[in-house]
Amino acid sequence: MAATTQQKVGWSVANIVVIVLVLIPVVWIVSLSFKTTGSITDPTYFPVHWTWSNYSGILTTSTFLRPLLNSIGIGLIATAIAVLLASMAAYAVARLQFPGKALLIGVSLLIAMFPAIALATPLFNIERVLGLFNTWPGLIIPYIATGLPLGIYTLSAFFREIPWELEKAAKVDGATPFQAFVRVIAPLAAPGMVTTAILVFLFCWNEFLLAITLTATTASRTAPAALSFFTGSSQFAVPTGSISAAAVVITIPIIIFVLFFQRRIVAGLTSGAVKG
Amino acid sequence: MAEIILEHVTKRFPDGALAVDDFNLDIADGEFVILVGPSGCGKSTTLNMIAGLEDISSGELRIGGKVVNNMTPKDRDIAMVFQSYALYPHMTVRDNMGFALKLAKTPQNVINEKVEEAARILDLTQHLDRKPANLSGGQRQRVAMGRAIVRDPAAFLMDEPLSNLDAKLRVQTRTEVSRLQRRLGTTMVYVTHDQTEAMTLGDRVAVMRTGLLQQVASPQELYERPANLFVAGFIGSPSMNFMSGALEDGKLRTALGDIPITGRLQQTLSGADVGRDVIVGIRPESFEDEALVASENRQHGITFPATIDVIESLGSEKFVYFSKEIGAVETAELAELARDSGRADTGSSAETVVARLDPATQISEGQNATLWVDVRSVHVFDPATGRNLTLEQSSGPASTTAGGAAGAGTAASPATDTATATDPAAPGGPDSAAGTGTDTAAGTGGESAS
Repeated sequence: MAATTQQKVGWSVANIVVIVLVLIPVVWIVSLSFKTTGSITDPTYFPVHWTWSNYSGILTTSTFLRPLLNSIGIGLIATAIAVLLASMAAYAVARLQFPGKALLIGVSLLIAMFPAIALATPLFNIERVLGLFNTWPGLIIPYIATGLPLGIYTLSAFFREIPWELEKAAKVDGATPFQAFVRVIAPLAAPGMVTTAILVFLFCWNEFLLAITLTATTASRTAPAALSFFTGSSQFAVPTGSISAAAVVITIPIIIFVLFFQRRIVAGLTSGAVKG
Repeated sequence: MAEIILEHVTKRFPDGALAVDDFNLDIADGEFVILVGPSGCGKSTTLNMIAGLEDISSGELRIGGKVVNNMTPKDRDIAMVFQSYALYPHMTVRDNMGFALKLAKTPQNVINEKVEEAARILDLTQHLDRKPANLSGGQRQRVAMGRAIVRDPAAFLMDEPLSNLDAKLRVQTRTEVSRLQRRLGTTMVYVTHDQTEAMTLGDRVAVMRTGLLQQVASPQELYERPANLFVAGFIGSPSMNFMSGALEDGKLRTALGDIPITGRLQQTLSGADVGRDVIVGIRPESFEDEALVASENRQHGITFPATIDVIESLGSEKFVYFSKEIGAVETAELAELARDSGRADTGSSAETVVARLDPATQISEGQNATLWVDVRSVHVFDPATGRNLTLEQSSGPASTTAGGAAGAGTAASPATDTATATDPAAPGGPDSAAGTGTDTAAGTGGESAS
């Protein structure tokens, strides 16, 4: 059905409004990050005096670089493990009938819905006792736990889409169930795995509450948590410029990540598997 | 290469549904056996049990002398072609075909050799490095076949491999499959719901209904000597005409006229302990335009008047439809056949009789014509059990009319030369007859006299 001119104009206006609304705070942060310390409070949306000093400031101190490294490391490890476990669990949920299946789905949903704030204090105590406090595993483990339900849900939807006959064919071709999974099902579920990986990584990257609760030093503090520890040049100066610059820096990898994988997420791999 | 033996194989699903009931079949080494029946008859389940994709609830399955009930598909040395082809979309044609060999840790040069040979046989050489998504339906189908061939398995299992092809390609590929099986000489079990495919391909055809094996025989045997009402209605196209009849005073009374019980009918019907009401089955090929019947054959049939509704001329033959107060027969078997053929949906009346006449006939639509029917090829069925009462001593109908001869010939051309001397139908026959008896008991109430 061809859209009328009126419809086209209407939708264009609506889209522009939404995009502008979403971009105003982002541009504002970018703008702030280029303002000099003295002109932060200027009543101008765009900087009058452009400066790189905020960036050079944060990128030369270990109070930001080390947390950035922590964020990348913790995020990647947690994502890899969560996607691996989630793909196996999701496969079972999608393909097998086993006692306790409904319970498994229910429990994983429960974990996803549990308020993180209620977990922060108990986790803090547990990790202190176990010696996990202020370590990478101390953050990786809870991140995996939180990422799994998300992963299981997304991936089981993808697995359900893959024709079951492919697996039967693999079995008849002499594959063990594990080989069938690794060599036939998993490659086909790759778009789903990438989607899940992005979602889990985004979550780990942006997570703040546990990051600030379960870390004490830059040894394991992630970037979002480190931002809150920024100080100005004097104790009376507000580090707005540095925080803005850091916020821009930690947003850039995410933008690249999503742009890069977007096509892959959308494109289905299963075409040609069965007649069609 | 191996024989496949199914002994009392039964499949009961966890929800209690009985998909396959006491299935007995011996498939000889190198034989081409077709499992045919309407959807839901258990044929695919049977195939999946042979493949090892479904567990066997009870009974025994032997491939090449070994009991394989508890073996995984991997250990059974069978190859399967799926209805959807189930090609691996992320692999090239070459990788698809070589996948099984790769899993079996065959050396790469051997894999290449075998894949290229199979590709040559199937005319796929120039497509080896393409992905399935870039192939046409027929090419995908050949890749699926190739994937089975390269393995050189003990048996091929085919699950409706042609049903996704368009009509013309299906006929071509059907011939290819037949040629391939003969060339390879490997045991093949082939599932289809299309009786034409079953008749043209198989050495032997096993007809199934509601999980029960109805009859196993060569295509010609099934056509000439159907064990029961279901097989009679399922095999043959257009299908057999059924009408009510009654045995009275040494005659078989039908809407078409009284058929004298002589010759073969006398031998088989006189001894049978039957009620007065029976179901009469007449194949379209048994009819002929009275004017065209050779004088020496005239004595073998009866003539009757009919008002012709529709004539379909196919050049080599004419299908003539006429209505008759024949006393429509209602049984569970026939209702299922009607559903399967779509006749139930089109609302076409069961009171319509179809005859297949010599193209030389001058009969026209709307005309009151006189038709002749060969009574030697009339089948009589017990309405309660569906059993064919004319079967025991029947030697098959003589080909009296041109239409009849052509029909019998074409329906089973490539596979009529099979050895059925051992009568493989024997184990399935009595069982199935007893089985259908209980099934049809409910349906016979609707049988009305004319």
